[in-house]
Amino acid sequence: MYPFFYRPMFEVLEDGWNSFLPQNAFKGLESMTDEWRLSEVNKDFSVCSSYPSLVVVPKDVDDDALRKVATFRHGGRFPVLSYYHSKNGMVMMRAGQPLAGTNGRRCKEDEKLINATLRPGKRGYIIDTRTINVAQQAKARGGGFESEANYPQWRRIHKSIERYNVLQESLIKLVEACNDQSHSMDRWLSKLEASNWLSHVREILTTACLAAQCIDREGASVLVHGTEGTDSTLQVTSLAQIILDPSCRTIKGFQRLVEREWIQAGHPFQQRCAQSAYSNSKPRHEAPVFLLFLDCVWQILRQFPCSFEFNESFLVLLFEHAYASQFGTFLCNCAADRARLSLPEKTVSLWSWMNRPQELEHLTNPLYEANSLVIWPSVAPQSLLLWEGVFLRWNRSSKCLDEAYDEMVHIIEYNKELQNKVNCLRRQLAELETDEPVLQTP
Amino acid sequence: LDHFVENVKLLDRVSPRRSRVGTLYLTATHSIFVESLAPQRRETWVLHSLVCCVEKQASTESGCPLLIHCKNFQVLHFSVPQESDCLDVFLSLQRLSQPGEQKYEELYCFSYKPNVPQRRQEWAFVDARADYRRMGLPNSQWKLSSVNRHYKVSETYPADLFVPYSATPPVIVGSSKFRSRGRFPALSYYCKDNHAAICRSSQPLSGFSARCLEDEQMLEAVLRSNPHSDFMYVVDTRPKLNAIANRAAGKGYENEDNYSDIKFQFLGIENIHVMRNSQQKMLEVSELRSPSMSDFLEGLESSGWLKHIKAVLDAGIFIAKAIAEEGVSVLVHCADGWDRTAQVCSVASVLLDPFYRTLRGLMVLIEKDWISFGHKFSHRCSHLDGDPKEVSPIIDQFLECLWQLMEQFPCAFQYNEKFLITVHNHVYSCQYGNFIGNCQRERIELQVHQKTHSLWSFLWTNRADYINPLYRPDHSQTQGLLRPSTAPYCFKFQHNEVHVASLAPFLHPRQFGNNESDNQWTQSYWDF
Repeated sequence: MYPFFYRPMFEVLEDGWNSFLPQNAFKGLESMTDEWRLSEVNKDFSVCSSYPSLVVVPKDVDDDALRKVATFRHGGRFPVLSYYHSKNGMVMMRAGQPLAGTNGRRCKEDEKLINATLRPGKRGYIIDTRTINVAQQAKARGGGFESEANYPQWRRIHKSIERYNVLQESLIKLVEACNDQSHSMDRWLSKLEASNWLSHVREILTTACLAAQCIDREGASVLVHGTEGTDSTLQVTSLAQIILDPSCRTIKGFQRLVEREWIQAGHPFQQRCAQSAYSNSKPRHEAPVFLLFLDCVWQILRQFPCSFEFNESFLVLLFEHAYASQFGTFLCNCAADRARLSLPEKTVSLWSWMNRPQELEHLTNPLYEANSLVIWPSVAPQSLLLWEGVFLRWNRSSKCLDEAYDEMVHIIEYNKELQNKVNCLRRQLAELETDEPVLQTP
Repeated sequence: LDHFVENVKLLDRVSPRRSRVGTLYLTATHSIFVESLAPQRRETWVLHSLVCCVEKQASTESGCPLLIHCKNFQVLHFSVPQESDCLDVFLSLQRLSQPGEQKYEELYCFSYKPNVPQRRQEWAFVDARADYRRMGLPNSQWKLSSVNRHYKVSETYPADLFVPYSATPPVIVGSSKFRSRGRFPALSYYCKDNHAAICRSSQPLSGFSARCLEDEQMLEAVLRSNPHSDFMYVVDTRPKLNAIANRAAGKGYENEDNYSDIKFQFLGIENIHVMRNSQQKMLEVSELRSPSMSDFLEGLESSGWLKHIKAVLDAGIFIAKAIAEEGVSVLVHCADGWDRTAQVCSVASVLLDPFYRTLRGLMVLIEKDWISFGHKFSHRCSHLDGDPKEVSPIIDQFLECLWQLMEQFPCAFQYNEKFLITVHNHVYSCQYGNFIGNCQRERIELQVHQKTHSLWSFLWTNRADYINPLYRPDHSQTQGLLRPSTAPYCFKFQHNEVHVASLAPFLHPRQFGNNESDNQWTQSYWDF
């Protein structure tokens, strides 16, 4: 594969492979709370093949318990910490579905693990990204959901985020609609609606907003899972953090988010991003899950143009590299594969290239003003747009929009210059006033 | 007439828990809701003339609901504690917001008294005739005609009209007798660079076979006024079927055989009734309680609204290209020449001439092609309690076309979306006299210039709010002919505040800056 042959033509200032190591992220958490610990139970990937070697779990849950819980969760994906909300100490965890099955199997260690995140007397929310029907069907096949009887302190919410081939079909239909040359408005709207793409965007965004609302507004902890815990689960947890945590809206912070919640968390990029919309064959595991996530981020970016350090180009770049790249960042399906293939030694990290000043310049949002807000996007149909920068990119010239963007950058730079001038003159004035107190009228 | 009710709740359209409590005042001209929450005590003002209808619903335990539907699509949902108070307000508002037939004098503009120095200067600020001078007229091809000075030739046309140099009064009068409402071909836009011109008129009274020598001479005069071209376009903005149907009523369209050197074209824009229904459907969609994405897109498609916007824009592009690229003059008409004709001529002008992309220019354009040329504002915008079949969002569509262009060419327009929305609001609000009545003659009779104030001066005074910061007069985007794409996917239907004004304040937290209070918790995601 190309990334193994690629030799960088640039100087690697900071090795992206080391930029976002879990142990470093944990240090940040440690400074805020002592209720969690870093576990090495999955050191050799034997407990959960798709998890990273280091995971964050409640302090009082030991490794033996984790091994037991792993047998109760799909793919061994036991509940781990996804996000800690420093404002109120509430957390978001993610996992695979519980393997309750038709017998209603239970696992006390699993219950204890997630209950450990609850404050006394307070309930938590479990967000199952599947409808109750789909969850019931999963139960019949050995999976399922957390029953009220065994998890009395948790309120379960079902959403309806689609998966796999449904999403792939949606993408194919959308791309086909965008390439339709017929010039009929009815046909365009009809095809756009039939693709359901924006419906998926809306459902994912709404679920993430709901998770964020539970954490920030209702002060409750949240557990998110779907079936496998590698697709819709990750969409929800990462988007919720964009909403809740301003640091995820910085460039480094977003990269860290993608590293943690997607790459290290074991989203199967190799399977999902094999071919994209134009392929003739339809590999079963292909689905634009990551693209949908980026689309949702873009929707929020559009609604809050001053809250993100990065711009649209940054998101488009990530989309492209997820599908085809000279860098190794998005290769493989999980941390175990990456270790086995020695990716950090044999390939270059996307972040190494991207985080050089000359690249960052093009990816930075000129309107960015750092804030500490939780931002709540609108999910009304009127507020969600088709991501032209991705889907209509090759259909129409972006010359006028690019010019407008450049104009905006100029204005902001000029504004800064003027502001500096003003500050400078103010300082001079202040100096003059203190130097010459006697310069008064006689 | 002033009375008030306390402890009224203004409900959030999306999140009923987030209502605001305050006092509702009714004055002679406005409803004013003042929130009790100190220190801001936010005020919401609604002009009575902006109110479309008032709705009182059955009392619940939390109060008696009162809904105010506005002409700019805003809907205010109040809850009045006592039913008797609610009924009072309902009846008063009903009375205050409907001046009744033919009572122009009760419209707000006749009593509105802002602190403005010189009323006459106000009205002189924007003058349609000045635009002709800007185009270099009169010149050797086009002259000012006094034939309609007293509105005797066409009641609904302006007093000042430009006609081809060779068109004599008998020709003009003869042609006017062959045109619906006497609206003979007159100049809308003249291109200095290549002498091509856009003329406008109404449909000819041709029936199946009637001819009129003077009308044919009139068109020939238009053709000859453009020495560089040996033919001209005649463009009927109606669908072919409608135009043909009109022939049975003794009207119709120009027969290429009868008029020398014309190329005839239908542009298929639907009539005012179709547009009215289309907008109605759009509003129904935007007022849906919790629509799914599919509901929204299906509603959008079935309304046909964007299809109509595209049709108007396509027509404008055809005419602009004929003028700028082919150097061929165009005569545009629809049925009566005051709806689709106005839209299409003004869109073409905006595409052709950068002047109309400035604040001043748009005011002049509306003054000329809409107000002076007799677009029936009072009928179309329901200023009085008139025939509902006359009501239609024609100017709305023009403003939306401008907005679509602004989205495609962000650096090309001096004005911004807020400018369009403000103009739109005041077309309906009757706070200013510009849009009162249905033609110039009526406005003179009503003494609008002497008794009311002009919107344009107000806008100009506050122009800082309406300037597009990305506009540069010397920018490449700003020069010359605009060439928009009208592929269906180029048409935006979101963030269009004209349509989502009813939802916007509550639903769409736009954030521009660091102000934490701008990003209030506005909705609950449980409801979706």
